[in-house]
Amino acid sequence: MSLLAIRSLDVCYGKVEAVRQVSLSIEAGQIVTVIGPNGAGKTTLLAATIGLLPSVGEMLFEGHDLRRLQVEARVEAGIVLVPENRELFGDMSVADNLVLGAYSHRHDRAGNRRNLDDVYHRFPRLLERRQQKANTLSGGERQMLALGRALMAKPRLLLLDEPSLGLAPLIVREIFKIIASLRETGVSVLLVEQNARAALETADVGYVLETGEIVNSGPADTLIHDPKLIATYLGGH
Amino acid sequence: MSSDIAAILAIDGIASGAIYVLIAIGFVLIFAVTRVIFVPFGDISAFTALTLAALETQRLPGTMGLVAMLAAMATLMQLTADIRASDLKAIPSTLFFYLVVPLVPVALMWFAAGSVMSMPVRMGLSLLLVLPIAPLLDRIVFRPIADASVLLLLTVSMALHFALVGLGLMFFGPEGVRTQPLTDASWEIAGMQVSLQTFLIVGSAVVFSTLLYAFFELTLTGKALRATAVNRTGARLVGIRPAYTGTMAYVLASILAGISGILISPVTTIFYDSGFLFGLRAFVGAIIGAMVNYPVTALGALLVGVLESFASFWSSAFKEVIVFSLLLPVLLWRSLSVGEVEDEAEE
Repeated sequence: MSLLAIRSLDVCYGKVEAVRQVSLSIEAGQIVTVIGPNGAGKTTLLAATIGLLPSVGEMLFEGHDLRRLQVEARVEAGIVLVPENRELFGDMSVADNLVLGAYSHRHDRAGNRRNLDDVYHRFPRLLERRQQKANTLSGGERQMLALGRALMAKPRLLLLDEPSLGLAPLIVREIFKIIASLRETGVSVLLVEQNARAALETADVGYVLETGEIVNSGPADTLIHDPKLIATYLGGH
Repeated sequence: MSSDIAAILAIDGIASGAIYVLIAIGFVLIFAVTRVIFVPFGDISAFTALTLAALETQRLPGTMGLVAMLAAMATLMQLTADIRASDLKAIPSTLFFYLVVPLVPVALMWFAAGSVMSMPVRMGLSLLLVLPIAPLLDRIVFRPIADASVLLLLTVSMALHFALVGLGLMFFGPEGVRTQPLTDASWEIAGMQVSLQTFLIVGSAVVFSTLLYAFFELTLTGKALRATAVNRTGARLVGIRPAYTGTMAYVLASILAGISGILISPVTTIFYDSGFLFGLRAFVGAIIGAMVNYPVTALGALLVGVLESFASFWSSAFKEVIVFSLLLPVLLWRSLSVGEVEDEAEE
C-alpha cells in the first residue's frame, strides 16, 4: 500500500480548473518531486493534499480517505506542509515557532523535547537565533525554521513547496542536502520545485506537471537524462 | 481646580480606567484571534453586575435563562453540523461541551437558590454563570461566518449587541442595580482618603493583566492563541484549530469582562443596557492600541478613565463628548502612520 495515493484529482480555483485528473503515488521513505513551470498547478496540488483547497477525486493516506479530514486532522495524521511563503509566526521567537510545530503532538512532552534537540542539531543556526523573532531572520534561516517547525510535527509525509525559492545557491545546496537526509529518518517527501535539476538529483521519482496535467513521470535518474526535459527544464546541459 | 481635587479626580479616573483596561484587553484578544470586534463585550460585563446584584438579594439571576437558551441553540446547531458531516462520533462531545458544561453553573445556581452566600462565593458564581455566554454566541453567530470580512463580522457583531440588549431586558428587567461595596475601609495617603475598594479595583486589573501575559508567554495554549492571531494559515498548518483558539479567546475575554463587571457594580448603577457605554469607552482604549498592542491598549484605557473623570468635573453634560472626541486625534495619528501598519500586516 502506498503512503499517499492520489487518483484522478481535480482542483478548481473558482471556475479555473488548476489541476486536472492528476494521479500520483508516494511509497514510504520515498522522495517524490513534481516539477513544472510557474502556474502549472504545483502549489495547488499541495494545497489540496493538505486540505487548504477542496478537491474532487481519490486521496488515500495509508489507505484512509483524506478528503473528509480538515487541515488540522491531516497534520495529526502525519502530513505536514511547508508552504512557499513559509507561513511562520513572524512576531514570535524561533523557539516558540518550533514548540508550536509540535502542537499536534503536544501531550508527548518528552518526545517533543528530544525532537527539538534533534532539530537544533540539524539546524545549529536556529539554536543560535532561538530567542530572535522569526521575522528578523534571513531568507535561508526562515526556510530552515519552516523546515524545522515541520519536522517538530513528526511528519510521515512532508509536502515541500519551492523550498529553494529566493535563496542563494549555497543555501539551496544546503537545503537539498537536508531534504535528502530526511530519507534516513523514514520521512517521505513530496517536493514541488521549479529548480528541476536540484529536485531530480534529490528525488527517487519525478512527475512533470504542465497546465494542470501530468505529462511525464518516471524514476528521477531516468527523467534527468530525458532529452525533452533537458531542453525545457534543465537548461540544456 | 485645586491640586486636592485634581488628585481625587485622577484616583477616580485610574479606578474606572482600570476597569476599562480589562474590557479593552478582552476586545484586543478576541479581535486578534478571531478578527471579530465583539461589540456585545460590554454587555457581558453589565450582565455579570446584574447577576451579582440578583444573588445579593437572593433572587434567581436572569442569566440562568439566557445561558440555558444559548446552550440549547448552540447544541442544536452543532448537532445538526455533526449529523450533516455524518460525524456521529462527535455527538457525545458536542452534548458535553455545548450543553452539559454551560449548564453546570446554571444547575449550581438552581440548587443554591435562596441561600445566603458570602461575597466571594457570589462573585465566583456570577463569573461562572456569565462565562459560557460569549463562547456560545461565538458558536451560534460567528462560527458559521468565520471567513467573512472584518466589516461583515463587525456589522453582525453590532446587530448581536442589539439582540443581547433586548434579551437583557427580557431576562433582567428594566431596574438599575448597584451592589454592596467590596469593602468600606479606606486608607489615608498623603492627607487623602483613598478607599480600599479603589486599590482592589486597580490591583485586580494589574493582577489579571499580568496573569494573561504569563498565560500568553508561558503556556502552549497561550502561544497557540498568539500564533492564531499572528498567522491563521500558519496556525492551521501546525494543527491548531481556529475554532478552538476562538473559543479559548472568548472564554478568557469573558473572564476579564466578568471581573470588570464585578468591579464596576459597586461603583455605578448598572442597567441591562449599560454595557454598551463601558464597551465603547474601553474600545477607545483598544483603538489607541490599534487593536493589536496590549500594553498601549491598557494605557489608552487608563487615559480614557482619567479623561472621563476630569471631563465630568469640568462639564458633566459633555463628558461623553470629550471622551469620544479623543478618538479623533488618535485616528488621525493612526491614519498618518498607516504605512507602518500595512508593513506589519504583511509579515
